[in-house]
Amino acid sequence: MVTKRIIPCLDIRDGRVVKGVNFRGVQDVEDPVMLARRYNDAGADELVFYDITASVEGRSLFTDVLRDVARSIFIPLTVGGAIRSLADFDRVLKAGADKVSVNSGAIQNPALIAEAAKRYGDQCVVLSMDVARVDGAYHLFTKGGREDTGIDAMEWAARGEAAGAGEIVLNSIDTDGVKRGFDLEMLAALARRVSVPIIASGGAGKMEDFKALFALPGVDAGLAASIFHFGEVDIAELKRYLAENGVPMRLPRSHND
Amino acid sequence: MIAVIDYGVGNLFSLSSSLSFLGLENRVTSSEADVRAASRVILPGVGAFGDAMEKLSATGLVPVLKDEAGKGKPLLGICLGMQLLFEKSYEYGEHAGLGLLPGEVCPLEPDLAAAGFSYKVPHIGWNALHLEQPDCPLLANTKEGDHVYFVHSFYAKGCCGALAASAEYGVTVPGVVASGSVYGCQFHPEKSGAAGLDILRAFAAL
Repeated sequence: MVTKRIIPCLDIRDGRVVKGVNFRGVQDVEDPVMLARRYNDAGADELVFYDITASVEGRSLFTDVLRDVARSIFIPLTVGGAIRSLADFDRVLKAGADKVSVNSGAIQNPALIAEAAKRYGDQCVVLSMDVARVDGAYHLFTKGGREDTGIDAMEWAARGEAAGAGEIVLNSIDTDGVKRGFDLEMLAALARRVSVPIIASGGAGKMEDFKALFALPGVDAGLAASIFHFGEVDIAELKRYLAENGVPMRLPRSHND
Repeated sequence: MIAVIDYGVGNLFSLSSSLSFLGLENRVTSSEADVRAASRVILPGVGAFGDAMEKLSATGLVPVLKDEAGKGKPLLGICLGMQLLFEKSYEYGEHAGLGLLPGEVCPLEPDLAAAGFSYKVPHIGWNALHLEQPDCPLLANTKEGDHVYFVHSFYAKGCCGALAASAEYGVTVPGVVASGSVYGCQFHPEKSGAAGLDILRAFAAL
């Protein structure tokens, strides 16, 4: 049986790890390569690198960071942020990414998912979406969660899956940064709509939140950033806790092996 | 030197990096001379079977790989590269493989449905290995239950005695296959953390 995945997300700007709370108020955390190694050693199942750089110099720093990580960490690496074209896919895949996550890029160019899936395979294309409730409906947001597109988010996910997205990251703007748990209601709505793996993002504050998450059928992975960066939740401890609670987990081998 | 066959299918950066990380000299190549000179050969690959087989044929390396494998040079197929080692595949039509291992490559979906499972396809994520042949030299450093990273929608059937380790996903998914000097991993050892590096290390020690 495939295990549930725990995925730390590293937001990178100008070669450094940052994390915005509710997408605002950015704090500098740590060296991305060091942090990636620490997470790998703790048993992270995958790493996500999100490029929030605005400048060209920053973009090339990001690619350098990715290459450095891929030379010493041998677990799946997903890259997102600023992916707008096949050339962007190519740039990060050559630097060691295994999967590429598309968000606003797919809103601007709806053909991007299909084109990328055709060239690199479904397994390589991840649809990432920022979603919030608006008047009782789930709306797709763009520009880092600041702008309501008015698009029905569940419809958007179904279209993304049909176009070839191999996984979907659902980031709930309503729970992001609040640390009171994942948006189970929104995730359940997505799980009813798509059959590709779902990665939950936004709202994790403690270990119990992950236990509640994985009790939800159809959710394959939990993604978080600041709670891992600031040591509020330790990945090794979290995975042991989840395994003890019956969640299928890949546990690190003991050092005696 | 380990020759990593480059035939334009997939990204070889991580595989080459993982070998270098282990201190293993390797060369990403499509040259016959390199394959002949190498002590070991890795055949990687992602994508569709028919397309990959065509591209591999275009390099002219098919007879070279068969010849070197026949002489006992260790050959390791990874993911689609493993599937190419079999006799044939039913991925979008019917395609002949290298025929270095008995068996054929079939879609997971109908077999999962027939077995009454609604598991997602592709089979993607970390799954545990069950050692069918604990003495297999490629598994010298591998323990029962080690987790490795899979990404695939097709799987090998009928590999019988070549099945060295399997994963449970509604059906029995061959994880490691071995016959003589020919080895295959359905999962990605270069993406499977310490457990994956252990397998690459065992391959280098054959």
